[in-house]
Amino acid sequence: MTNGAREVLLDVKDLRVEFKIRGRHPFVAVKDVSFEVYKGETFGLVGETGSGKTTIGRAIIRINETADGVIRFRGEKINGEIPKERDRMVTQKIQMIFQDPMASLNERAKVDYIVSEGLYNTKNYKDEADRVAKVEKALLEVGLLPEFASRFPHEFSGGQRQRIGVARALIMEPEFIIADEPISSLDVSIRAQVLNLMSSLQKDKGLTYMFISHDLSVVRFIADRVAVIHRGEIVELAETEELFKYPLHPYTRSLLSAIPTPDPRVEREKRVMVYDPRSHDYSQDKPRFVEIRKGHFVMGNTAELTQYEAMM
Amino acid sequence: MSDSGRTSETILRVEDLVVKFGLRGQVLTALRGVSLDLREGESLAIVGESGAGKSVFTKCFLGMLDANGWVDSGSIMFEGQDLAKFTTEKEWLRIRGKKIAMVFQDPMTSLNPLRTVGSQISEVLGLHEGLRGDDAKSRTYEILDQVGINDPEMRYRQYPHEFSGGMRQRVVIAIAVACNPKILICDEPTTALDVTIQAQILDLVKRLQEQLGLTIIYITHDLGVVANVADTVAVMYAGDVVEYGSAEEVFYDPRHPYTWALLSSLPQLGIKGQPLYSIRGTPPSLFADIKGDAFAPRNPNALAIDLMERPPYYKVTPTHYARTWLLDPRATPIEPPEAIKAMRAKYKRDAQ
Repeated sequence: MTNGAREVLLDVKDLRVEFKIRGRHPFVAVKDVSFEVYKGETFGLVGETGSGKTTIGRAIIRINETADGVIRFRGEKINGEIPKERDRMVTQKIQMIFQDPMASLNERAKVDYIVSEGLYNTKNYKDEADRVAKVEKALLEVGLLPEFASRFPHEFSGGQRQRIGVARALIMEPEFIIADEPISSLDVSIRAQVLNLMSSLQKDKGLTYMFISHDLSVVRFIADRVAVIHRGEIVELAETEELFKYPLHPYTRSLLSAIPTPDPRVEREKRVMVYDPRSHDYSQDKPRFVEIRKGHFVMGNTAELTQYEAMM
Repeated sequence: MSDSGRTSETILRVEDLVVKFGLRGQVLTALRGVSLDLREGESLAIVGESGAGKSVFTKCFLGMLDANGWVDSGSIMFEGQDLAKFTTEKEWLRIRGKKIAMVFQDPMTSLNPLRTVGSQISEVLGLHEGLRGDDAKSRTYEILDQVGINDPEMRYRQYPHEFSGGMRQRVVIAIAVACNPKILICDEPTTALDVTIQAQILDLVKRLQEQLGLTIIYITHDLGVVANVADTVAVMYAGDVVEYGSAEEVFYDPRHPYTWALLSSLPQLGIKGQPLYSIRGTPPSLFADIKGDAFAPRNPNALAIDLMERPPYYKVTPTHYARTWLLDPRATPIEPPEAIKAMRAKYKRDAQ
């Protein structure tokens, strides 16, 4: 991120997502979130259950409606009312990989159909032979055999199913893939396979990833930059190593202090910091999301920001 | 803690346990002759991937195998009785919940959504301790307080949905420890929880262990959790314990190729920008007879004998043993993966 001229692929400005609850005030799941994703990078989005990280992903691929703000993909607005062709472009260029490969694949469809479904929907193939060829290529790319196309999802292991999920995204020739906890439900040894697959595909195809996870150790390994989200707000955003070296926001620090490490001595010495949102006094001075140092953003009011600066 | 665990007595001894399941006319061997000693007051972590048999193993201690499963041979000695010989529910009721209790993975499914939290805890007290009415109630308040739930009088009357995930898991723990069991089995106790909450729950279990003198078995696939809580670690693969030792021995000086592979595939030990070490293939089918070392087909450095004969346990230290031919004096030495060597070197450096 040393040169400021990196190409911005996705630009999210003041994004707000609300869920209407009948007879009550709407629930604000995402509050005025802004960030940019550069072409070719892996952008990590970290937060706990219910923090709104998945909602952001879903808002980008137009599953969740946005209440306010603008999402731009390759400079074009893609949220709210947009022309039909652009909607189709979003469907094709932005793909999602889901958490649970057991739940996200249609049990009653063969792999051939599951992988081609996007092609059918966008009619993005010349003829039947072209479609079959595309399915075959996608399966090979994720390390599965073409003959698996005639099988059903239940015949596969968890890791293989997740590969099917990746193949289904790849066949659309996307530029941007939102991976929502893609390895959380997999076994340790299989996780490594899927992470390696994602990295090598990124290299070969120049893909850009948004990697949504609650597991900071995985994010540290795979992401170039990380945004930490808490109750619908991004509280800190920085390059991965910068964030791990200089965590500023108390929530980030609490998350980092809780990361499990596979080392008994480190673990036994571990002191977990507990984050209490009430520790902020925002009654007078409202917090802002500020770039405190090049590429390192943090949420805080004037007093806190002075304190954060002193920490670096 | 690990040192005191060494000298204490064996509370539960499992020998050559074989468990089978009948599935659609086929027989699946879930446990293939597992032996293990559990020492009083220690924390044992059983690590392994799904299907390795961790849950089946501990379910045998509680008589909770599914109806199509049975203990084929072997023994589970606890307080002078062989649990493997138990046949009736009446026998199990003297053990289950009272002497050996269990905390399940998902607090959402292990609590009854239609009953108040308090009544679910006092139910256990009524069943096992014969406490009724106000006695049960005041004891429940004590237990709620003990597991770190504030304002027990109010919380007693609430329903599970009014609790957060972490609080709900505290309730499940409260139910499990209500009768002062000897052994507490925690099956993936924190998998469904966020990392910060996870740390709090593990701290709670550790505190209760000290206060109540519990012996704890953790079942988990999360090696970070294992490093945090375990005195001893048993690594399971395909229905067998392949390596057993103190936490330090297993993390800093692992000997079985499967343990090597498991540890080095962790992103924490990986180097950014380089591929992670990954285990090829998938675990073997337990329907078929497994010949030799079950991990051999996935082990790039497997020896010829690995495919023919099942290795015995070799002792590395009096407390550390592994089931691998690599430890045989005749075997050609094989270097462990880089991540393991780095860990070993770091540990040696720290020791000096």
